[in-house]
Amino acid sequence: MQSQALRELGGFARRNKLSVAGGLVGLLVVLVALTAPWIAPREPLKADFRRMNKPPDAQSFFGTDQVGRDTLSRVMHGARTSLFVAFSAVLLGTTVGSLWGVSCGYLGGRFDLVSQRIMEVLQAFPDLILAMAISMAIGTGLPAVIAAIAITRIPFGGRVIRSVAISVREMPFVEAGRAAGASQLRVMSLHVLPQCVAPYLVLATTHLGVAIVIEAALGFLGVGVPPPTPTWGNMLADAITGLVPHWWLVLFPGLAITVTVLAFNLLGDGIRDTLDPKLSPAVLRLVTGAGKSTAAPASATATKPSDAPA
Amino acid sequence: MQKYLLRRAFFALGTLIGVSLIIFVVLRILPGDPLVAILGVEGHAKMAPADREALMRDLGLSDSLPVQYARWMRDIAVGELGKSFFRGDTVRDLILHRGPLSGEIAILALIISWLVGLPVGILSAIRPNGWADAVARSLSVLFIAVPGFWLGLLIVLALLFWFGYKAPIIIVQLWEDPWQNFQLVIGPAAVLGLAQGAYIARMARSCLLEVIREDYVRTARAKGTVERSVVLRHALPNALLPVITISGVLLGFVLGGSVAVEQAFGVPGLGRALVVAIVERDIVVVQNLVLLYAAIFVLVNVLVDMSYAWLDPRIRYQ
Repeated sequence: MQSQALRELGGFARRNKLSVAGGLVGLLVVLVALTAPWIAPREPLKADFRRMNKPPDAQSFFGTDQVGRDTLSRVMHGARTSLFVAFSAVLLGTTVGSLWGVSCGYLGGRFDLVSQRIMEVLQAFPDLILAMAISMAIGTGLPAVIAAIAITRIPFGGRVIRSVAISVREMPFVEAGRAAGASQLRVMSLHVLPQCVAPYLVLATTHLGVAIVIEAALGFLGVGVPPPTPTWGNMLADAITGLVPHWWLVLFPGLAITVTVLAFNLLGDGIRDTLDPKLSPAVLRLVTGAGKSTAAPASATATKPSDAPA
Repeated sequence: MQKYLLRRAFFALGTLIGVSLIIFVVLRILPGDPLVAILGVEGHAKMAPADREALMRDLGLSDSLPVQYARWMRDIAVGELGKSFFRGDTVRDLILHRGPLSGEIAILALIISWLVGLPVGILSAIRPNGWADAVARSLSVLFIAVPGFWLGLLIVLALLFWFGYKAPIIIVQLWEDPWQNFQLVIGPAAVLGLAQGAYIARMARSCLLEVIREDYVRTARAKGTVERSVVLRHALPNALLPVITISGVLLGFVLGGSVAVEQAFGVPGLGRALVVAIVERDIVVVQNLVLLYAAIFVLVNVLVDMSYAWLDPRIRYQ
């Protein structure tokens, strides 16, 4: 059993070299984030007025900021907060969305109709703007930022998983469950839900990168996790407060964002291709939110290439 | 056809009403007194309770929620849009003054994304897995990952250090001084356009590759049509529909992303106004601007659906 799992993993690695590289880089970033308090060369919050505004040198590889804090240490500690926010938000948003989507797809009827309208309304906001408005309303702080980003992820999970649930609902084994007299909750959680795991994983990895970028943008705009906690976005916001911004204060936090997002995106692409080759590009459209034209007549959607529900 | 469009418009209106309700509810559950946000904690404490009530009445915050909502809807209907808490100007003036800049950025970004994305996608699809395809795909993966506002910061810094160049920081409208205005909008538009172009190239490639496998394309080739004509005149039109859809959806990225990108470039557009209003907790400005962004997004997606009907006869003659 275990050797088979290893063999499959090996096969995945051979077919998706880029995606494995992405996964390894992502893992490295996660490890750095987890061990930051031990491996960071200095305290991220400790000001050192003898070493202010130093460009990168042998003592601090990424330079120091306006009050002498070590940029490398801050980037490492920033990874902690940024990744924690992104992971929690995606986990929360995608899970809530998926459970909602399963209920919509399986139960159908008026509940589905109302839920679909609500999700449409949620998707009518540009992501970042909705997140900004929510985090303004429920206050700043870590939980508020996580909730704000999570809410923007709900409709994506809801829509994709709903379409999966609708197609699974008609399958014989689900009908068998119903015929055997299982309750709706039981059929839904034991027969329909397991079929949604693969698309759920795809969704979660695809949205990880988006969540990291939204977090960074919120921090950059000053409505994210409040300072002095270092996050990659906060660091960029700090960097441009000076009259003449220093290039190392801008370059390194942004590089950290880009490398991490790139790594997770590559991993997500590989997982998507492996779990279901049919998923791209039609479901990519759904996953990225392009599925909004569901209000178009059925023939319109059917004529798009490979738009059959996966 | 007309019935379909009517239904689509009707749905969009329903969505917008839902949007306005959500904005209203979200902004009124604000923890803390809006007066504290306006006056600061000290100023709030110093004020006599009667003055506080009078101020609340002036701002229209003392009525019941349904009344406040109804008043907001009326304000929108007559185009008034209310006043900022902190500044004298109305939200309508704010939008008229700053909106054109943000609009230019969005439209220019859209043009750039198609000019860059479509040719790159076609080039990729002509020889899949060739070297041009490899380069194009790596670049698009990269541009999807790079946060636009960071790229913007880097561009601003590079221009400043190497050329000592700084874009104008005051609002210059297109009709006042086209060249100054261009310098203001080109940076954000390029950054936003390239990120969208990456998605468009990706989409165009995958759709074109699927269409090229179809029978009618083989027929076109079999009757001896030149390859260029096969791709551009036979395959491309059918591959374009999904690309148009994704372009409409990407507008969500542009609208949201432009807020951060405007901040990075220091462009005094609507996005900057929204950020300032959110930081200051200026509820009236925030609710109207967020609704405006959502309305534009919804409207563009209606237009995308209409363009479907226009481009695809199978829908048109239904």
